[in-house]
Amino acid sequence: MLYRETGQFKTNYASDMAIFPIRQDRIAFWGLLAVAFIAVPLLDAMQIWPFGGEYLLRAILIPFLILSLAAVGLNILTGYCGQLSLGSGAFMAIGAYSAYKFGTGVHIPLDWFAISILPLPVLPSILLGGVVAALVGILFGVPSLRIKGLYLAVATLAAQFFFDWVFIRIQWFTNYTSSGSVTAPALNFFGVTVNKPIERYLLCLIFVTVVALLAKNLVRGNIGRQWMAMRDMDIAAELMGIRPLYAKLSAFAISSFVMGMAGALWAFIYLGSWEPLAFNIDRSFQILFMVIIGGLGSIMGSFLGAAFILVLPILLDQVPHALGIPISVETVSLLVFMVTGALICWLLIVEPHGFARLWLTAKEKLRLWPYPY
Amino acid sequence: MVIFGQFLEVLISGLLAGVLYSLVALGFVLIYKASGVFNFAQGSMVLLAGLALVRALDFLVTKGFSFWAAVVVGLVFAATIMAITAWLVERFVLGPLINQDGLTLFMATIGITFILDGGAQMLFGSDVYPLPLFPSDAWFLLENAFPGGILVSKIDVFGGLIAAALVVGLALFFQRTKTGRALRAVADDHAAAQSVGISLNWIWFIVWLVAGLVALAAAMVWGTKLGVQFSITFLALKALPVLIIGGFTSVPGAIVGGLLIGAGEKLAEAYLGPAFGGGIEYWFAYVLALVVLLMRPQGLFGERIIERI
Repeated sequence: MLYRETGQFKTNYASDMAIFPIRQDRIAFWGLLAVAFIAVPLLDAMQIWPFGGEYLLRAILIPFLILSLAAVGLNILTGYCGQLSLGSGAFMAIGAYSAYKFGTGVHIPLDWFAISILPLPVLPSILLGGVVAALVGILFGVPSLRIKGLYLAVATLAAQFFFDWVFIRIQWFTNYTSSGSVTAPALNFFGVTVNKPIERYLLCLIFVTVVALLAKNLVRGNIGRQWMAMRDMDIAAELMGIRPLYAKLSAFAISSFVMGMAGALWAFIYLGSWEPLAFNIDRSFQILFMVIIGGLGSIMGSFLGAAFILVLPILLDQVPHALGIPISVETVSLLVFMVTGALICWLLIVEPHGFARLWLTAKEKLRLWPYPY
Repeated sequence: MVIFGQFLEVLISGLLAGVLYSLVALGFVLIYKASGVFNFAQGSMVLLAGLALVRALDFLVTKGFSFWAAVVVGLVFAATIMAITAWLVERFVLGPLINQDGLTLFMATIGITFILDGGAQMLFGSDVYPLPLFPSDAWFLLENAFPGGILVSKIDVFGGLIAAALVVGLALFFQRTKTGRALRAVADDHAAAQSVGISLNWIWFIVWLVAGLVALAAAMVWGTKLGVQFSITFLALKALPVLIIGGFTSVPGAIVGGLLIGAGEKLAEAYLGPAFGGGIEYWFAYVLALVVLLMRPQGLFGERIIERI
């Protein structure tokens, strides 16, 4: 009854091409934005449950937003262009460390002269971090022109392990700190210092909203259609005049740009100070899980997947405690491991196309509800 | 002569280490051949088999069994555990996922990895357990040809022997038995195999069981070398470049790939490592695999990929 597009006529091209062609979807979208941009800060300012303290913002909302951003990035590559990648952690690391270097000043001493760039403000550093990640992404995307599927996945592992090593061993990237751990510069945006969790949250939210809208429009347009043609069958796409070089490498570049930015945000805003370990192979798998559980080839799915993969262990952690079952911390962590694995298997069996497909099914049902004839 | 002796020593230790990688890669190849599943859980299966073996062994030895009797009982116990795992995996995960695409199956095996990692450590404990199956000292060979001789670790030699025995055994199993023939039929074409009365579920159980036994063999060698511990699961990641170089579908490929990776890695660390600041062992195998892929996209021994529209 509530969710039905009957009577909503499209009378011009603009309404035909809208991102959300159904009015109810538009209302839900603006409602969600209003909650995220207005209600959350208000509730936080009033310290109403569940915003008491900073736990919800610090441990759930901020990482959720940043990891969704990374998942959107990977979804462009894996979901839309069909190139399986296990190197997302590496691209996040490249983004984080490049942003760090730009934020603290780049100095490359060569034999007869030296290249020096003064420390940049935070916003350009983060964006440049994304750009550097995009360039490296293009480089590691070149093998995709020749190899496919799981073989390509293993090739992207090369990027993961190589950059793990680079950031541990090459001290130039960490400004020669003895411990190998680096600290982000002060978060100063146009004269405003971002420090409180709610400010950090809003900053991430702006990034995520802008990038998600851009990504949504990209995948609806010319380039997105090229990616999807590549994914569905590359030889056929090539015969139809799509250039694989351009289509695949642009997917690698844009996806790495988004992941690099996510990495920079993760390091600067969520972690504050970090070690290369923060971007190891586990991170790559975590983001791949988000994309697959959420739904390949769906921007909204990336958010749903990120929420599921991030919140599930946190919730599971609380269960034995809430039930008053006395078991050791170690057993709990092992249990969480097992239950997460089992839930992933179960979800894959029930709905191999992820949450996005579940939502589509629900939408179909809602349109006919309550008279499905 | 000293330089050549060093080279030989690095080469031999690399080749033997490579054989140990092949042990893990073999399990991957078996499952991929028979079911098209890229089994990421192979490393966790090594952990599970190793933990089952070492804990049974410790238990029996404290009960007063002689060491070798305990080893035999422990092996039987671990094999039983692997059989149960194979049955559970087939029954509850892969069975319901028949006909899904490769990526979904791959993700499902990562899910299985989580379950096995958590379950194995919960059942058998999560410490480092030493497994003294093979002597841990070394031989010195050719002492009159080179000053100091060439150092060869005994564990590696035993590992090589076990790998050789496994390859011969697997070859006989695949070529000479009825089940082996059925396995090859399934690998060729699922539908055709089903139509002549081969049960896919049974075949997949058998394949996972064989992969579990290969994992047990790998656990015996790696457990002796490093102690049975969680980090053994990272072997799965080390086995991936081996697979790439050898090709996903070739048993001899897994062995040759292992040898190439092992020797290449050790030689690179010894001769190129100092120039890069050390530790290049960590990524060398992957970059080597990448280079091989650029030249031969299906690996050295893989079947040619033919694509039609």
